[in-house]
This record gives sequence, structure tokens and C-alpha cells, in this order.
Amino acid sequence: MANALDVSNLVVDYGATRAVDGLCLSVAPGTVQAIVGPNGAGKTSTVETCEGYRRPSDGTVRVLGLDPVSDARALRPRVGVMLQSGGVPSGAKPRDALVHLARFYESPQDPDQLIALLGLGDVRSTFRRMSGGEQQRLKFAIALIGRPELLFLDEPTAGLDAHGKRVVWDVVNELKAVGVTVVLTTHSMEEVERLADQVAVVNAGRVIAAGSPAELTTSTTPLVDFRTAVALDQELLQTALPPASDVRRSHDCQYRVTGDSAPELLAAVTAWCASNSVDILEISTGHRRLEDVFIELTSETESYE
Amino acid sequence: MNNADLDLRPAPGAVSPTRIVLAQARAELRLMMSNGEQLLLTIIIPLGLLIGLSTLSWIDLGTDPGTNRVDVVVPGIIALAVMSTAFTAQAISVGFERRYGVLKLLGATPLSRNGLLTAKTLAVLVIEAIQVALICGVGLIIGWRPSGNPITVLFLVVAGTAAFSALAIAMAGALRAEATLAAANAIFLFLLVAGGTVIPRDRMPDWLGTFGELLPSGALGNGLRAAMIDGAIFPLWSFVVLALWLTLGVVIAARTFRWE
Repeated sequence: MANALDVSNLVVDYGATRAVDGLCLSVAPGTVQAIVGPNGAGKTSTVETCEGYRRPSDGTVRVLGLDPVSDARALRPRVGVMLQSGGVPSGAKPRDALVHLARFYESPQDPDQLIALLGLGDVRSTFRRMSGGEQQRLKFAIALIGRPELLFLDEPTAGLDAHGKRVVWDVVNELKAVGVTVVLTTHSMEEVERLADQVAVVNAGRVIAAGSPAELTTSTTPLVDFRTAVALDQELLQTALPPASDVRRSHDCQYRVTGDSAPELLAAVTAWCASNSVDILEISTGHRRLEDVFIELTSETESYE
Repeated sequence: MNNADLDLRPAPGAVSPTRIVLAQARAELRLMMSNGEQLLLTIIIPLGLLIGLSTLSWIDLGTDPGTNRVDVVVPGIIALAVMSTAFTAQAISVGFERRYGVLKLLGATPLSRNGLLTAKTLAVLVIEAIQVALICGVGLIIGWRPSGNPITVLFLVVAGTAAFSALAIAMAGALRAEATLAAANAIFLFLLVAGGTVIPRDRMPDWLGTFGELLPSGALGNGLRAAMIDGAIFPLWSFVVLALWLTLGVVIAARTFRWE
């Protein structure tokens, strides 16, 4: 079955600034794809290129097999979009906005049901006077109004309280259950773990890690944390470790070694310490939560040198 | 959370482009009608000026003694009404819609960009029809004697709407929303006075009169007066000037306008 979304070697330039730099991403139909990464990583630029707001500077984007710019007319009715920056007229009330946009579609979602579902039933104020959370929920409802088969959600739960988040998560999981493809960007690792089938970590305009949330948290990066009485020669330790391992100092004499296999790392570290007469005060093995992976992959050497 | 009654299964599909445009025009119209400042600008001020200029005989309209003042005032007020809706009100609303991401959000829906422009134009034309009906109605009450070819008047109004709409979009594209708000009002007043839209400029120096005729406001006001007072069928000069401003507006808008 063809992919719902195919992005290959996407480059997006704004003048001299390169926002997206050779990004590749494929999303299978009926799955939830999360895109995470620090601010400025190119998440929104990528998503907005998929939505047809800008042409790729290089590379190709295919949404439901179509070109988002030249096939926009065929594509727009099939795709729901929740923007970070978009809005409805400041003088419009939530129900008016939904009723209006519903008129564009053959068999739209019922505005009143959407309003009830998202807890906007009591909102009588105009868009300009709604709270950030209310505006966010209305924008989510707008993305659903045309009953799309593919949804792009740019930070859908930003600014929502715990209840609002849970409502959005429930709806996204139900959308997935009925075959809707969802591509969402987020900063929330909890959101990724609750929703995503696949997650792509984006940094500096590229995908630097991709897989299922479970793959990213468990199998890829076993680690050994240990603390010593005296500072180590990290380069010397590195030479004793299995290939593809990495040693970083977190603070003082606290070290983290990552690699392919925790037992091998543990054996290598303890053997090296024994032969170099280094006392180990504490040592533990484990695998990182996705959030740790994310932080380490995207924040460079902020916490580990 | 029980969503059992909400069917989230995909059922994509847009209605016809015509229905989409009509739905958008309806929403645009509703927004314009619910905006108090815009109604003041497009309805109250033109009607107030119509009554004031027609009845306060100490205001010098440059007319010959014995001329029916209302007959001179009505064409100018129609020109003013077209400017207020197609230019000022539209520039301000498009400026803020761009700023608040309204246009961007619409860009993700089945409404095309041309469809949006068509819908805005339809809404403007409907407002103008209401304005003209009110102006003519009030004019008749205070003694206006209609004359001239209505078709010529219609074509002038459409040409003026096209030129002022293009200029409005060009300005909303080039400036920030707050600057558009300020400039739209200031330029409106300038065009009104310098163009001699409402008060004919017969008594101004020739060079200033020529300058005014080259403004879109002057061209529209003079054209409407020529048609409605002198019975001109095709005031060529007015159409030429409006076409030039339309071209200028389209060229600038195409270069400056961004949807987000």
C-alpha cells in the first residue's frame, strides 16, 4: 500500500537560511507519526511544505501520492490541518467558524458534536477573547471538520491543560483506530509515547533518529552510568570500549557510557577500571526513556560533555 | 471521555467551487455587517455627508445659483461609499486577517486563493449595493432628481471597485496591520479631499484640478458626476484613470502580497 506521506531529501531555504536540510520521512496509512526536535529544527517548515504553503527548495514531497502545491485542489478536501499560527477572524465565535467551514465539505463533521466533544459548548466569546487553550481546541476542531483521511497537527496540545490534552489524545487515538493518518509535531514526550507509532527526531533540518517510541527508548541505546572517586581519562576509557560506544561526563566524576549492549559495556567498564585501579562508587545499567534520548540527541552537549 | 456518538471515520470531499465561494462570501458579509466601525465608515458617514452637504447651503459646492444641491452631492457620495468599502474597509480587514493567520488557515481549506478574492469581491459588491440603495433612497427623500444612464453608473462603480480593491490588497500586503489601519484612513481622507470626490474642484487652481483628476477618487467622482448630472454615456477619462490604478494595484499586490 502506498504511503500516506513521502518526503525525500527535502530542502527548504528562507533566503540564505536553510531551515530543512535533506529531510526524509515516510508515513504508512493509518499510523500516527510524531516529529520531535528543538525549536528551529525545521519541524514546522517540513509540515508546512507538506501542507502546500511553500514549495520545496529541493527534494520532493508527496501527500497521498499527490504534489501539495500543484495538486492542491484535489488534496485540500482530503487533508485536515492544524496550524501553530493560523486563526479564525477575531470577531467570530467558535460555532460560527465551524459552521462556516463545514459548508465547504460534502459530509462534514457536525459542528455541535465537535464543540461538545472539545468542551467549547460554554464559550460565547469571540476568537480574540478566547483563552489560549480554547483557541487551541477550536483549531483542532477545525482540522477535523472536513472528516479528512490525513491530519497534520502542529503542536496540537501546546498550551492545553491536562484535561484538554487528554481529550485531544483520545480523539487522535480514535482517529487512528478508524484509519486516519496523523502527522504531529510536539515537544511532549508523553504525547509521543501515548500516540505515536513512529517518531522522527529532527535536528538542524534532518532526521537524526527514527523508529517506534519503543525502539528509541530500549533497543538502540543501552547505557551504563557510573561514578568514580577520581576523574577519568575519557579518551583512554573510550579505547577500551566496544566499537560504536560513547563515553560522556555528566558532572564531576559521573559518567555515562552508551553502546549496543549493556552487558558488554558493563564488562568493558569494570574491566578497564580494575586494570587501571579506578574505584567505582556507584554503577548501574539501563535504557533511556524517549525523553532522555530526545534531549541527548537534540541538545548536543548541554548536559553531557 | 465518551466519543461514541461522534463518527471520526474519514469522509473527505469538498462541495463545488461555486458553493465554496458563496459560503465564504456569506461569511465575509456577515463579518462586515457585524463590525461597528466598518458600518460607521461605510453607511453612517456617507449618509451624514449626503444630508449635510445637501441641506447646509452655506457650504460652497462651487455650483451655479439655482442648481439642485442634492443632484451634485449624490454622485460624489456614491464614489465615497465605493472608496470606503472597497478600499478602506477592505484594506483594514485583509491586513488584520493576514496578521492573525486567518488567510493562512483558509489556505488549508478547499477554498482557493482566487475563490477567496472572488468571495471578498462579492461581499464588497453586496455592501455597495446596500450603500447605493440607501444613498439613493435618502437622496430621493431630500429632493434628488435621478438622471443619467444607470448602466454607465454601474460600470463606473464596478471599475472603481476593482481599482480600489487592488490598491487595498496591495497596501495590506506591503504594510503591517497597524500601519495599514492608519494608512487606510489617512489615504482615504487624502483621496477624498485631493480628488475632489465629493466637493467638485472647479474653484481650485488648474494644476491641482488636473492632479485630482488623476487620482482614482477624482476619476470616480468626476465620472459619476459626468454620468449622473451631464448625462455622459462613456466618461472615457475616468475609465482610463481607473484602469491605470487597477493595473498599478495588481502589479504591486502581485509583488508584495503574502497570505501569511
